Amino acid sequence: MSKALSSMTSAKPSHLSRYPAGSAAFPHRNLLGIAGLESHEIEFLLDEAEQWVELNRQPQKRDDRLAGLTIINAFFENSTRTRLSFEIAGKRLGADVVNMNAAQSSVKKGETLIDTAVTLNAMRADAIVIRHASSGAVSLIAGKVDCPVVNAGDGQHEHPTQALLDALTLRQAKGSIAGLRVTICGDLLHSRVARSNMLCLTALGAEVRVCAPPALMPEGIEAMKVAPFHDFDAALAGADVVMMLRLQQERMEGQFVPSPREFRHLYGLTLDRLGKANSDAVVMHPGPMNRGIEIDSNVADIAGRSLITRQVEMGVAIRMACLDVLTRCHRRAEGWSA
Amino acid sequence: MSTPAPFTIRNGLLVLAEGAPRKGALRVSGGRIAALGNIQPDEGDTVVDAKGALIAPGLVDFGTFAIDKPAFHFGGITRAALMPDQSPALDHPARVRFAAQSGKPDLWVHPLGAATRALEGKELAELALMREAGALAVATGRHWIADSGTMLRLLRYAGMLGMVVVSHAEDGGLSGNAVATAGEMATRLGLPSAPAEAEALAAARDIAIAELSGARLHLRQVTTASALALVRAAKARGVAVTAGVTPAHFMLSDLAIGDFRTFARMSPPLRCEADRQAVLAALADGTIDVIASGHDPRGPEDKRLPFVDAEPGMAGAETLLALTLNLVRDGVIDMARAFALLAANPARLLGVDAGSLEAGLQADIALIDPDRPWIVNSDKMAASAGNTPFDRQPVQGRVTALWKGGARIVG
Repeated sequence: MSKALSSMTSAKPSHLSRYPAGSAAFPHRNLLGIAGLESHEIEFLLDEAEQWVELNRQPQKRDDRLAGLTIINAFFENSTRTRLSFEIAGKRLGADVVNMNAAQSSVKKGETLIDTAVTLNAMRADAIVIRHASSGAVSLIAGKVDCPVVNAGDGQHEHPTQALLDALTLRQAKGSIAGLRVTICGDLLHSRVARSNMLCLTALGAEVRVCAPPALMPEGIEAMKVAPFHDFDAALAGADVVMMLRLQQERMEGQFVPSPREFRHLYGLTLDRLGKANSDAVVMHPGPMNRGIEIDSNVADIAGRSLITRQVEMGVAIRMACLDVLTRCHRRAEGWSA
Repeated sequence: MSTPAPFTIRNGLLVLAEGAPRKGALRVSGGRIAALGNIQPDEGDTVVDAKGALIAPGLVDFGTFAIDKPAFHFGGITRAALMPDQSPALDHPARVRFAAQSGKPDLWVHPLGAATRALEGKELAELALMREAGALAVATGRHWIADSGTMLRLLRYAGMLGMVVVSHAEDGGLSGNAVATAGEMATRLGLPSAPAEAEALAAARDIAIAELSGARLHLRQVTTASALALVRAAKARGVAVTAGVTPAHFMLSDLAIGDFRTFARMSPPLRCEADRQAVLAALADGTIDVIASGHDPRGPEDKRLPFVDAEPGMAGAETLLALTLNLVRDGVIDMARAFALLAANPARLLGVDAGSLEAGLQADIALIDPDRPWIVNSDKMAASAGNTPFDRQPVQGRVTALWKGGARIVG
């Protein structure tokens, strides 16, 4: 037994028994979405991330397991926090991380997405992290490259690492996700975060409520095993977790709500409204926040109950876990040789 | 082109307007059907042995976006009604005249004149002059005319000229930038979507205006239960409305767009299973009059894109016949009705003397082996592009010979 595996076993005795051994624990080449993942695969990634939470709190935040690998962050849509989080994650694992800000690149010159993908592939990246404004664009690229692809957000479809980091944050704060009542409120229609979170939280056994005005409520959302609400107060009753989403004005064509002020009136998380939830309910937000619209400052910063900065912290650990796990076959890690 | 020599096809099954296909022969002379039934070849006729195949009218494909002869000939299509959505739009008599000649000598092309200039839905195009140039009907193109005043003027004017108005019934205010029908699939994929009622709203308005004007209206694609109910009710009241559909909407539901398959991106988008069932019922009960291919070949530059960025449409000419024959095998319709949907009804909309096997009509004839199996292969299509959602699907029914105006063009 290799040193790495034995140390893993001794550190977390429960770890190996909860899912299949080796690559069977996560038999996917890419991470394109939460859809298609088994709950034990989600838990595997969360468990893997725990070690990186610890490492990231040390003064020496370095592990060299990805040394020599090249990771390309291809962001076809503007992003600050997610790109930074992926960049830090890759660097802390020793990889060479390069950023491609495609919002101002050859894509603007008319190159097709497929051509861009083929170009990235020819540069022999060992993993590609992609964000794109169109739903499904990441899986399109994944079909054209030879290395693992991580979806960092595609249109209004999925943002799986956000859902995973939210789950990790919640698991740490509440001990377990099963049985929690989670209320997700805001612009559900345009939110990939909401879609991934609905899939992830229901897979892990949470009771999920979603709340939005009709114009921002996707049709047929009940099929995703969540309970839709229009009345925020009713949706908050008995909630253990309140997850707020911003209005994605940049994706809106036409008017979906009369005004931000009116939106706040009905759907803003004020301190008063938070009182409708359980007394120990925690507050989450994937960012960026519009303080004073969907969430008040005194709620966003509420000590002991706001997990918003914790979410950002967990983001780096989750992305380290994803990059580690997805490159294991390629690195011929013990039990992972493809 | 000189008049083709007379010939007789015998030992076949004639597909007539009613009843099961009947054993018999068909004689062509002077480019027209001279006689059919229990007849013998005239002296000097070339004799073609059908070997038990169907002798059917050539297909009249009502509403294609491209002229793609190899695909049409493969599919048994002898006449194509070309949509005005060309570049530039068929909104000028000269362009219509050019398009009308573009199929010669082995395909009839019937351009549908653009109802409005540049298909913008605002100013009426020169319908009478386009009719002179060969436009047998007018179409709103890929979009609906949102302005009801314009639509009323259009229907009154086209009605006066005896031209059918072909409308795309999708309310633009609701459909907006949608690429899918609102529902579970669109929600899971995170695709911009519009409620299926966008179609019923547009159909209701168009039918009301048709009723008001007394003019003939053809809704090129009716794909939802609610819009089909409106058409059914309007027909019962005697409104001069007809409806069409393409095989995608009776074969597929929006499950087909899973994995963001752009070959299944259609306009209007694929609907839920209940709507697909409603289309089948409407094909069976006569509410739907026309099955067309909507032939729109699109290469990778239009289709190998993220779903929302891809162009809608499919290369449908080659599979039109085989997929319609599915309906016959499944007992939804009989063979006579299949060819009413594929040939006789669209010919009537265009006002051409073809589309059925009757003495005196143009001899557009297809010999069809209705059971011959083949597999759709998007890599090896006759069409100029292989964008079909039916790739790798086994189907039955192949054209073995085709005549246009008595001249043999296939087989």
